[in-house]
Amino acid sequence: MLCNICNKNKATVHLTEIIDDQMKELHLCEECARHKSAAMESQFGLSDLLAGMAQSGKPSTDKEVTLARCPNCGLTFADFKKIGRLGCGDCYSAFRKYLVPLLKRIHGSSQHLGKSPQKVTRVMKKKIDIHDLRIKLQRAVEQEAFEEAAKLRDAIKELEKKQSQENQA
Amino acid sequence: MIINDLLSHTSEWLRSTGPNSDIVMSSRIRLARNLDKLPFPHWASKKQSENALQMIEGVCSRVDFLKSSTVFKLADLDNVDKQFLVERHLMSPDFAQKSDNRAVIIDNEEILSIMINEEDHIRMQVMQSGFNLVEAWNIISRIDDDLAKQLPIAYSPEWGYLTACPTNAGTGMRGSVMLHLPALVMTRQIDRVLAAIAKLSFTTRGLYGEGTQALGNFFQISNQISLGLSEDEILDSLNNLIRQIIEQENQAREVLVAREKALLEDRVSRSFGILNSARIISSQETIELLSMLRLGCDLNLIKSIDRRVVNELFIITQPAHLQKLKDKKLTSQERDLERAQIIREKLK
Repeated sequence: MLCNICNKNKATVHLTEIIDDQMKELHLCEECARHKSAAMESQFGLSDLLAGMAQSGKPSTDKEVTLARCPNCGLTFADFKKIGRLGCGDCYSAFRKYLVPLLKRIHGSSQHLGKSPQKVTRVMKKKIDIHDLRIKLQRAVEQEAFEEAAKLRDAIKELEKKQSQENQA
Repeated sequence: MIINDLLSHTSEWLRSTGPNSDIVMSSRIRLARNLDKLPFPHWASKKQSENALQMIEGVCSRVDFLKSSTVFKLADLDNVDKQFLVERHLMSPDFAQKSDNRAVIIDNEEILSIMINEEDHIRMQVMQSGFNLVEAWNIISRIDDDLAKQLPIAYSPEWGYLTACPTNAGTGMRGSVMLHLPALVMTRQIDRVLAAIAKLSFTTRGLYGEGTQALGNFFQISNQISLGLSEDEILDSLNNLIRQIIEQENQAREVLVAREKALLEDRVSRSFGILNSARIISSQETIELLSMLRLGCDLNLIKSIDRRVVNELFIITQPAHLQKLKDKKLTSQERDLERAQIIREKLK
């Protein structure tokens, strides 16, 4: 019997595939079978992978994890594990505890260092400024630029003071 | 602009201008952005998706770069139109699958496209011919700034731009470079190169993005990590990697010319011969043969054909482009006939 795919080589691998409840027999040569199995592996989607990664946390918190729900969009962490997608921007803080380790595993970090949107609320702007200064401070300390670091530390303190005053007002 | 206007236009990624355009077809940057508080497209109600679409569409007239662009609602497009835009890399194959509250904004030059309600509310991309990630970034970052002045964007100082899939969080950026690497494939070095790329946390895809095969010796290489590095750092490391791959491909080409000239000329000439005389040809065979012809042009083995003609053939022989050119629906068999004819005419 010849291979069903290339119709050239002798079929030595025999497979049964089920697609949409239809059973199909495939007779393949070794080379086509190898291609086929590579294609099947790539069908194992990203969401499966993410779900698997999200699951490999501490087993003891299982129930708590599943019950966590985003207050803005109603997505539960169980939903996320199933579909591999979050429901809205607020999900990130709602599932913070479980997402931070996941982000670290995916990206090797959970700290944004890129650009920020130009138009943000005043409160957010302060948060971003403080955040940026902290990163600069960290770098200054690493480079042992202590004079610069002291200046940055004071600037952060000043901004934080303003922020807490505004919050109280 | 209507869809058919694009037919007479060469896609940016096929223009064959820009740095290293013998090996690098195009450079592309995409940014994923979402609207604050609104559920992501897969989790949104119909009403919420409608809302997102209206908000984004509404600001276009106020963004300079988008004034010369057109909004295409997917619900207004037929399957050939959608496939046509996928073939031109103006939208993703997945995006074309559903129509509800989806739209794509395309500028007159076909440099920019913005998919609305894809996996994220906003998926924008800028393409540049050749190896030119820096210019693509300069353009897209400006458009991103303009959009963010008008729209509330989901963002946190800690995690950056918040995306439906955590793999895109942070910068929300993916830089991709489309490379044509026939010599690395012919000298059987490509697996080693691809393995090295994967180890460095970059991904390789085929001609049409996620889940597509590496047809015609084309490889799309992009960053995988989007969080914890700045956009410049990501692009720097991608640039460095691409430079090395270009170097390797050039070396492999030199080796082929020096040691396997007859074999190389044979493969190029055979490909040219088949393209020149075939009466029935599939799109897959076309791409494989055009790849060899392109290499022949690069190495000056074929002098009568301009590389731009080869580039153009890559796209106009695709199924939806053929049907647009002929202005009628064609079966797969009819397409194979038409394709062979168009190729013969262009290579005359």
